[in-house]
Amino acid sequence: MKDFAALLDALIFTPSRNGKLRHMQAYFATAEDPHRGWGLAGLTGGLDFKSAKPALVRALVEERVDPALFRWSYDFVGDLAETVALIWPAQPGANRPPSLDEVVTRLRLAGKSEVPGLLAGWLDALDATGRWALLKLITGGLRVGVSARLAKTALAEFGKVDVAEIEEIWHGLEPPYGPLFDWLEGRGDRPEPNESVAFRPMMLANPLEDRDFESLDFAAYRAEWKWDGIRVQLVARNGERRLYSRTGDDIGRAFPEIIEAMDFEAVLDGELLVVRDGLVAPFNDLQQRLGRKTVSAKLLESNPAHVRLYDMLFEGGDDVRPLPLDQRRQRLESWYGAGRPRFDLSDVLPVAGREALAALRAEARTAGIEGLMLKRADSAYVAGRPKGPWYKWKRDPLTLDVVLMYAQRGHGKRSSFYSDYTFGAWRDSEGGDELVPVGKAYFGFTDEELKQLDKWVRDNTVDRFGPVRAVAPGLVLEVAFDAVHPSTRHKSGLAMRFPRVKRIRWDKPADEADRVETLAALVETA
Amino acid sequence: MSAPHPETWLQTRPEGLYCLPGDFYVDPHRPVGRAVVTHGHADHARPNNEAVLATPETLAIMRARYREQAGGTLQPLRYGERERIGEVEVSFAPAGHVLGSAQAVLEWRGSRVVISGDYKRRRDPTCPAFEPVPCDVFVTEATFGLPVFTHPDDGEEIRKLLTSRALFPERTHVVGVYALGKAQRVICRLREEGYDRPLYIHGALQALCDLYRELGVALGELRPATATSKQEMMGEIVLAPPSAIADRWARRLSDPVVVLASGWMRVRQRAKQRGVELPLVMSDHADWPELTRTLEDVGAPEVWVTHGSEEALVHWANGQGFRARALSLIGRGEEEQEVA
Ligand SMILES: [Zn+2]
Ligand SMILES: [Zn+2]
Repeated sequence: MKDFAALLDALIFTPSRNGKLRHMQAYFATAEDPHRGWGLAGLTGGLDFKSAKPALVRALVEERVDPALFRWSYDFVGDLAETVALIWPAQPGANRPPSLDEVVTRLRLAGKSEVPGLLAGWLDALDATGRWALLKLITGGLRVGVSARLAKTALAEFGKVDVAEIEEIWHGLEPPYGPLFDWLEGRGDRPEPNESVAFRPMMLANPLEDRDFESLDFAAYRAEWKWDGIRVQLVARNGERRLYSRTGDDIGRAFPEIIEAMDFEAVLDGELLVVRDGLVAPFNDLQQRLGRKTVSAKLLESNPAHVRLYDMLFEGGDDVRPLPLDQRRQRLESWYGAGRPRFDLSDVLPVAGREALAALRAEARTAGIEGLMLKRADSAYVAGRPKGPWYKWKRDPLTLDVVLMYAQRGHGKRSSFYSDYTFGAWRDSEGGDELVPVGKAYFGFTDEELKQLDKWVRDNTVDRFGPVRAVAPGLVLEVAFDAVHPSTRHKSGLAMRFPRVKRIRWDKPADEADRVETLAALVETA
Repeated sequence: MSAPHPETWLQTRPEGLYCLPGDFYVDPHRPVGRAVVTHGHADHARPNNEAVLATPETLAIMRARYREQAGGTLQPLRYGERERIGEVEVSFAPAGHVLGSAQAVLEWRGSRVVISGDYKRRRDPTCPAFEPVPCDVFVTEATFGLPVFTHPDDGEEIRKLLTSRALFPERTHVVGVYALGKAQRVICRLREEGYDRPLYIHGALQALCDLYRELGVALGELRPATATSKQEMMGEIVLAPPSAIADRWARRLSDPVVVLASGWMRVRQRAKQRGVELPLVMSDHADWPELTRTLEDVGAPEVWVTHGSEEALVHWANGQGFRARALSLIGRGEEEQEVA
């Protein structure tokens, strides 16, 4: 438990991706089996055992600590699990601290009524960091800023294999992953992928750069809309059904209506969308469906999910990935036939030359479309991001001239810089024009520009609150963003998708920046 | 005749805690005629008092910090020696907080008060350990006066730093430390854990490190952190004041790992707010178990609690049968909020 607790502790403080990878690799290299396998399962969301509610944890601590002291402490610390971890009266020598294996296996077998006793015994024996990690584990959700994909990447680097190889076999594996570690450490063969429901690493597109555009042989390509949803892989084999995200995460539980509709034998590639009356809803509507363990009937009704298919990897037991795109498309179309509920096919658009295509992309402004995909007609379906066969050609972003309002210190390499910017647009108020925040951006500028922005913030600070500085309204930023949608989280009632700083308008007076109404007019209606 | 109750001869005044029969203040907040100073931290030792009584080490620290404004007459008093001021016998006992730190022991007509200043009970290679002195009233700090504060063993924290250095050999570890006490303790503990490379220090730490050495504390090789290239700083450990570690000064370092050594690092949210990547829970102040154990060790029937979470310690002490109350002193604890 000690090394896993130390890992979690390090991960929450480490801002950079590389730093997190380094910590995880060190853990895989030093922790022992089976503990590191359970640790891996914890990081990839693969632990399934009796959890404990915060109320139980609170009740346990209140039996042991003076209530007034607990209240003052909780007020000071602010987080229940951390307060309990710190205030729990240690019973050194009461018993031996549990290993991670012991915690996981006993919780898996325990009845609900046994959980409090187990937990209290372990809390007595662990140190403060161990107690904190145990409480995070048992109350669900480690939240240490590590995705399943990142954990697998660390594992791949640790074992010196490609992460796609791990993803391909992942869904045939069970924690604590003994055979996987044996293979990565050269003691065993590569585990066989579970053929029926394994995730197949996806084929990804490169962005189309200007120079590619000039030299592209358009006749050899097919075009499709680039849908603004989530890329998914649907696997239905031998009666089992899975819905995977691009990184191989199983997201089927959040989309039961899709799983239910998968009454076929195939592996398909498509875009997950929310579609109402045949129209694609804004991405935000899909976002509300993500990350849920269960979905309410109300949400199923209000935000119905749909998959727009564009490729086929397997038909029945037939691996069609080596076939050219045109042939795979034919197989997809004949398989689809007259139609299937919850699914449709993404149109193949005519490519009538360079100019026509550019015009098509420029028009791609309706909701749900991010731009164009260009795929070579003869391309086989291969894992990864090969350069050449597939391109994505996003439409130009929307832009707005906004005024810098607040700046916050960044993390990691940027911790000495004010690098996170909240910006606003003008609107009418009783006392004349006022600025109201419309978004936040922390990338899009060069290192050199960051230095200039940082200096400007320091020179124009009017107020400070902790790591945040309020600045005088004097600097205009041109921000680019992919879309804007209504939001109750922002005072302006609007939220931007992927805002980034496109240009610093040192030249432009703040009172000539854009107004909230201009932004509101960019909201796309489905 | 029974001994007078300390409430009758010690008062809180705007300048600080005043001893009537001796006509002096202990750790006055503003310049006064006569001051007894427990230790060199700026919330206890202020400049420009007319006369100062303190340990020789504390006086040396005050001279290094305040130069000619250290005070009019500076009178040294060693641990265990006695000095009469007015009608009051004054002596110093080690507080284990920083070099020269002392508890002020005041006796008048058979009644004894110990004003402990800031203290800790753990081993610190840079100063002698705290000695409990029996008394009628014990004045205690309560910087970490909540039961969530149990500082871990400092060896474990120092080894965290060394482990991180091994994991990120291309990065510079920049450790935020308070210039008086914490800096030298971290250096000594690194040496004790076997780290013998040169340590790089921010200019603001230089004078006090020099002074500690003069006073016999070995620190190994120290180099100024200025005028070095990023290349040279790869894999090195730099010590700097907390205000510098995540600010422009740190940009000269090679992809720094921001480290902060402070008791406040026990609370993760505090560490995250400050952008700390490696928090080291190391304090020169007593944690909750040390505070409560000290009240028991000293055994004073009455306890006055100052700077920190007074209410929690007062509540605990009253529950244990002490007569305890909060003593509010202006300006105290400001430094602790920052970097204890
Ligand atoms: Zn102090
Ligand atoms: Zn103090």
